[in-house]
Amino acid sequence: MLMRTKHAALWPFLGVLLVGAGCGGKKPIPIAPTGSVQTTAATTTNGKPVIEFTVEPATIDRGSSATLKWSVTGANYISIDVFGAVQATGSRNVQPYATTTYHLIADGTMGRATADTTITVNPGNPAAPPTGPDTGAGQGGTLQDRIARQVQDVYFAYDQYDIAGDAQSTLTADATAIKSILQAFPTASLIVEGHCDERGSAEYNLGLGDRRATSTKEFLVQLGVPGDKIRTVSYGKERPQCTEASEDCYAKNRRAHITAAP
Amino acid sequence: MKKITVLVVTLTLGSLALFRMVSAQDAKIDINKAGGKPALAVVDFRGSGGATPLMSVFNGTLFTDLQTSGIFKMIPKSLYPLQNPQRPEDLRPTSGQGLALADWAGSPVNASHLAYGYTADQNGTLVLYGYLNVTNAPSSQPLLFKRYFGSMDEGGARKVAHEFAADIIAQFGGASLAGSKIYFVSSRTGAKEIWSMDYDGSNAKQLTFNRSINIEPAVSPDGSKVAYVSFAKGTPHIVLMDAASGRTLPFYNQQASLNSSPSFSPDGGKIYYSSSVSGTAQIYVADLDGRNFRRISNSRAVEVEPKINPKSPGMMAFSSGRSGPEQVYRGSVDGGDIEQLSDGTGEASNPAWNPDGVHLLYSWTRGYAQGAFNIFLMDTTSRHYDQLTSGAGRNENPSWAPDGTHLCFMSTRSGSAQIWTMLADGTQLQRLTTTGQNLSPAWGKGNLQ
Repeated sequence: MLMRTKHAALWPFLGVLLVGAGCGGKKPIPIAPTGSVQTTAATTTNGKPVIEFTVEPATIDRGSSATLKWSVTGANYISIDVFGAVQATGSRNVQPYATTTYHLIADGTMGRATADTTITVNPGNPAAPPTGPDTGAGQGGTLQDRIARQVQDVYFAYDQYDIAGDAQSTLTADATAIKSILQAFPTASLIVEGHCDERGSAEYNLGLGDRRATSTKEFLVQLGVPGDKIRTVSYGKERPQCTEASEDCYAKNRRAHITAAP
Repeated sequence: MKKITVLVVTLTLGSLALFRMVSAQDAKIDINKAGGKPALAVVDFRGSGGATPLMSVFNGTLFTDLQTSGIFKMIPKSLYPLQNPQRPEDLRPTSGQGLALADWAGSPVNASHLAYGYTADQNGTLVLYGYLNVTNAPSSQPLLFKRYFGSMDEGGARKVAHEFAADIIAQFGGASLAGSKIYFVSSRTGAKEIWSMDYDGSNAKQLTFNRSINIEPAVSPDGSKVAYVSFAKGTPHIVLMDAASGRTLPFYNQQASLNSSPSFSPDGGKIYYSSSVSGTAQIYVADLDGRNFRRISNSRAVEVEPKINPKSPGMMAFSSGRSGPEQVYRGSVDGGDIEQLSDGTGEASNPAWNPDGVHLLYSWTRGYAQGAFNIFLMDTTSRHYDQLTSGAGRNENPSWAPDGTHLCFMSTRSGSAQIWTMLADGTQLQRLTTTGQNLSPAWGKGNLQ
């Protein structure tokens, strides 16, 4: 089901992109997340904990911060999946690199209640628009040079492998660049590497990175990049780009990276 | 209809309340059998000739083996009398200086048993004479009197110490860990390679040399084979190895970008693993050569780490993202009857069955930040769980020793990833590795080498 949803979502997006291209030089418009969630309050009818979990603002530019606030009653154990156990009432400043959903769990004597709050991150200036085959810029250089210069990494939310709004615009630009590069280097082929941040287990991350690489390849193939020119490999958390223990660094590691096959 | 609904709601709430109540209890492995532990004194053994310089290694190994077994109360050497017997002939009815068993039975030593003996260099062979006596029966024969033979080097000294310790432990119904091996990943050469070591951290050996990434070692139940995941051919794939020789054995990998998380069935005849041949990592089983593979799980989520229950080979534990963040599940090896074992809080991974088929070790972030794993122990019958490590860095990849009471795991508590052992009640913590980063340990029976 997930796959079908994803592919279906691609077509309206392409329409948006074509309009955007017609305007020339304008930034692609980020897709508005459906039902932008600002507050989720679990209502109670049966003695379960009551949660109020909000974020302000709900949409930020990359690099800005937002404040999560929560207030839970009737629970003896509360955790937010990014922070671990928390007090019943609190707030925290966060600076997610990509769109992130925060998941709160509250256990009380009569059961569990959960609530989600999403911060939508506007990537700001994404990849420079790809140069078409006719423009001189970007034509020169070796295969490796061109890939490094024209093909951008795509980033993923924590524990996710779907190609979200900002990743869609990046990959659409990547697909155009890759098709141009493959015309210039007809014997070349590419490798999509899937990477994860260091927090999950190594075993799970190997599977997650594989799925990220596969989603990326599937998206590129949908946009006309020949599938037999792309291989995928997962590095899980074996080859992080950034090694600090910070959300900024984690976000940089949750990526698909495209290189030339040797 | 209304009545039935009300009844169902009441039952659900009732069972939830009951679940919360019982969760507060802990899972425990019975380490100290009923009755007190034997109080053991172990003299410093002396050696003659070429054996003399080996005695510090010998005495250290013997004491560590006996202490680590967890079945003795080890008497500190500072309490020992001035003189130590080396042979039964040294023992006298009374001494006051240590040459009478009564000196060891009485205060301040208060030992119930005394291990003593000596080593000799006999034509280039290290010979150990080992004795064990009950201290309160001066005239009785030793419980144990045995000779052991080893090479005249530190390896030989460790070997005879391990064998003597194993015989002492066996006197008390314990299973010795001597001879068991821990396979692990080490970065000490600059690349992640598979290594092995003795259970006390000695005798480290490098098994792979491809300078690529080699991870996720698993050891067969009889200790003869090791499976691991290697990037040596580009994408992660499973390699099977003969543990004694290090020789690679044939294993067919499915045509997929990922074949990972290998583990052996309890009879050693099958390999369970995770493969992304369908597009997402799912669980498969194959013959030992990788052929005759069959898909087990069928979900859209990443599913890894299949571990077959040693007592019920139709049941497996595994980790999966099928309901959100990674959690530990169990299910049938036919893919049905799937139940979530960890309660959905945080992230849970690395399931490892105790030989009893009931207790399960796993890593969990419950109560801590994302990525801050601790080792937990669950009684899978009652779902009671107990936290074995707390808050000291990341603690992951628990693996049971063959005796079912010890475990090894990776911890970053020292500032880097290192391998530690402890008893399943969290005591007797020992660090085994120091050089480079060392992780992902798998503890197995020894092989013939």
